[in-house]
Amino acid sequence: MTDPDVVTEPVAKDPRPEGSRGGWRVVAAKELADHLYSGRFIVLLGVLGIATAAAVFAASGGIRDIAPDAEGITALFLKLFTVTVDPVPFPLIIFVSFLAPLLGIMFGFDSVNGERAQGTLPRLLSQPIHRDEVILGKFVAGISVIAVMLTALVLFVAGIGIFRLGVTPSLQEITRLFVWLILAVVYVAFWQGLATLVSVRTSRAATSALVPVGIWLVLALFGSFIFGAVAGLISPDDGTDAGVLANARAQQAVSQISPINLFEQGSTVLLDPEVRATGLLTLEQVDRAVLSELNLAQSLGIVWPQMVFLIAMTAAMFALAYVSFMKQEVRA
Amino acid sequence: MPSAIRTVGLTKRYDEVAVVKGLDLDIEAGEVFGLLGPNGAGKTTTILMLLGLTEPTAGSMKVLGLDPRRHPLEVKRRVGYLPDAVGFYDDLTGRQNLKFTARLNQIEDPQTRVDELLAQVGLEYAADQPAGEYSRGMKQRLGLADALVKEPSILILDEPTTAIDPEGVAEILDLIRELAVQEGVTVLLSSHLLNQVQAVCDRVAIFVGGEVIAQGRPHDLAAEQVGHARVEFRFDDDAEVALRRLEEIETVDDVIHGRVPGSWIATLDIGTLPATVNRLVSIGSQLTGVRRVDEDLDAIYRRYFEGEEVSA
Repeated sequence: MTDPDVVTEPVAKDPRPEGSRGGWRVVAAKELADHLYSGRFIVLLGVLGIATAAAVFAASGGIRDIAPDAEGITALFLKLFTVTVDPVPFPLIIFVSFLAPLLGIMFGFDSVNGERAQGTLPRLLSQPIHRDEVILGKFVAGISVIAVMLTALVLFVAGIGIFRLGVTPSLQEITRLFVWLILAVVYVAFWQGLATLVSVRTSRAATSALVPVGIWLVLALFGSFIFGAVAGLISPDDGTDAGVLANARAQQAVSQISPINLFEQGSTVLLDPEVRATGLLTLEQVDRAVLSELNLAQSLGIVWPQMVFLIAMTAAMFALAYVSFMKQEVRA
Repeated sequence: MPSAIRTVGLTKRYDEVAVVKGLDLDIEAGEVFGLLGPNGAGKTTTILMLLGLTEPTAGSMKVLGLDPRRHPLEVKRRVGYLPDAVGFYDDLTGRQNLKFTARLNQIEDPQTRVDELLAQVGLEYAADQPAGEYSRGMKQRLGLADALVKEPSILILDEPTTAIDPEGVAEILDLIRELAVQEGVTVLLSSHLLNQVQAVCDRVAIFVGGEVIAQGRPHDLAAEQVGHARVEFRFDDDAEVALRRLEEIETVDDVIHGRVPGSWIATLDIGTLPATVNRLVSIGSQLTGVRRVDEDLDAIYRRYFEGEEVSA
C-alpha cells in the first residue's frame, strides 16, 4: 500500500466503511419478493388453505357435537388442532407436521444452485457484500415466508373456530398456540436448512429437491423400523420384563434423532394439556395418578428436551450449509 | 503511469494442477488491457483471484493499491465485473436486476443511476421486459450496465463478446472503448478472439497454459517478428493456378490458405516484397490485393496455437 507506483484510493474517503453489513437485508428483501410472487408459493398457499379449511370445519363440527357433554374440558379451543373427525382422516397438527418438510424444502432446495444455474452467482459475489450475507439473506427470507404462512394458518383456524364454536381461547391456550407456532417454524426451518445444504453441495435443482424429500420419506415411513433395529443392537429385547423395558427405552431415545418425532411429540404435549409424558409410563407410574390438566409451564417442562434438540438440529443444518457455502469455489 | 493492477508471481493450483503459473501483470491506470488466450488458459481464474473470489496459492497482487485477499469488499466496491456467460434473474426485468445490484452497492439514487445506464447501453426499450426474454447480446449489454452500476475505477470483462452476432460485437467493443476514453476507466478484457482484443486494447498479454508468453502493445509485439513477414495475396485467377505461380517464386518460403477463397498467405523476407509483387504481375497473375497480415497478432497467435482452432 505504500508503493508510490500504485494507484491508491484512500479507504477513509469512502462513506461506506469496510465491515458495513447491510447487504443481507437487500438479498433478503429480493428473495422475499421472489418467494411471494413465485408460482410455488401461490400453489402452496392454495393447498394449505383448502386442506386447513376442510380439517377445521370437520373438527369444529365434531367438537360441537360433543360439546354439550364436555362440561369439564377447559382447553376446548385447542381441540380444533388435535381432534380427528370423519371425513378428514387426520387432525390439524398431523397435517402441519406432514406438510412442514415440503414447505421447508420448497423454500430452500434451489437457493444456491439456482443462482449457479442462472449464472448469477459470480455477479452476486462480485458485489461489495460479504459472502455470508448472501446465504444469511436467503435463510431470513425463507424463514420469514414460512413464519407468515404458518401464522396465517393458525389465525385462520382460530377465526373459524371462534366463529363456529363460539368459544374464545383463553390466555393459556393462546400462549400454547404461540409456543407451538415457534416450534413449527423451527421445524420447517430445519427442512429449509437441510434443503439449502443440499443445494450448496449439488449442482442440479432436481437433485437437491429429491434428496431432502427422500430423507423425509425414509424418516417418516421407515423411521420406526430403523430406530427399532438400532435399539435392538444397543439393548436387545431378551424377553424379560427389564429387557423389554430397556429395549423400549432405547427405541424411544434413538427415535429422538428424527426431527419428525421431535416435532410430533412437542406438538402433542404443547397443544393437549392432558398429555403428561412423551415417553413410556409403566403401570406403577400411572397408578393412582390424578387425572388433571397440566399448566403451560408443566407442559413445557416435559417437551423442553425435544424443543431444545430440534432447535439445535436446525441450527446445525444452517451452520453446515453456511460453512459449506463459504468454503466453496465460485466456479464449482 | 501508475498501476491499477499489479501481480507478482501469482499462482493458482487446483489439486496440484497449476492453472495459473507465476503471473506477472502490470496494468496501467486508464488503459484497456487485453488478456488473450484460448479457453482453459487460466484467464477466468486470474480474474477471480483479482476480485478476491478465489484464493491464490502463491504470489502477490495489488488492485488499486489494495490486496483483494485482505480487503475484498474495498476491491469489489471499485471493480466492476462482467462474468463469462453472465446471467440474470430471469423473472425480474432488466431494470429490476440492475436496481438489485445498485442496492447491493448502496447507490444513493438507484432509479436515476439505473435509467442512465440503460440509456448508455441502449436497452431502454427492453428495460421492463423480464431478463429471461433477453437475447444473448442484450444480456451482455445488460451485464455491462450491471458492471458499471457501482461507477467502477476498473472494469473487468470476461469474454464480453462470446455468442454475440458480429454487429453486436462491434457495438459492445465501441462501448468499451468509449468508456475507457470518456470515463477514464481501466479495462481488463479477457478474450480468445484475437481481432477483438486487437481492436480495442492498448496492450495485450498472450496467456497460454497459465503463463504469459508475450506482453506489450499489439504493434510492438508484431515488430518482434522482423525479417520474415506474412503477406496475403488476393487473385482474380483460379485459386490453384495462383498457388502454383506463387510457389514458383524463389523469394516465397511457404504458402498457406488465406482468409477468403482465392487468397493465399505467403511467408517471405519483407525486403523482397516489391520484387515478389513485380514478379507475380510479370508472369501474368491477376493480382487484386496485397496485405501484410502479421501487423496484427495473428502470426504470434498462430505460432502458439498451431493445430488449435483460431476463430479470428
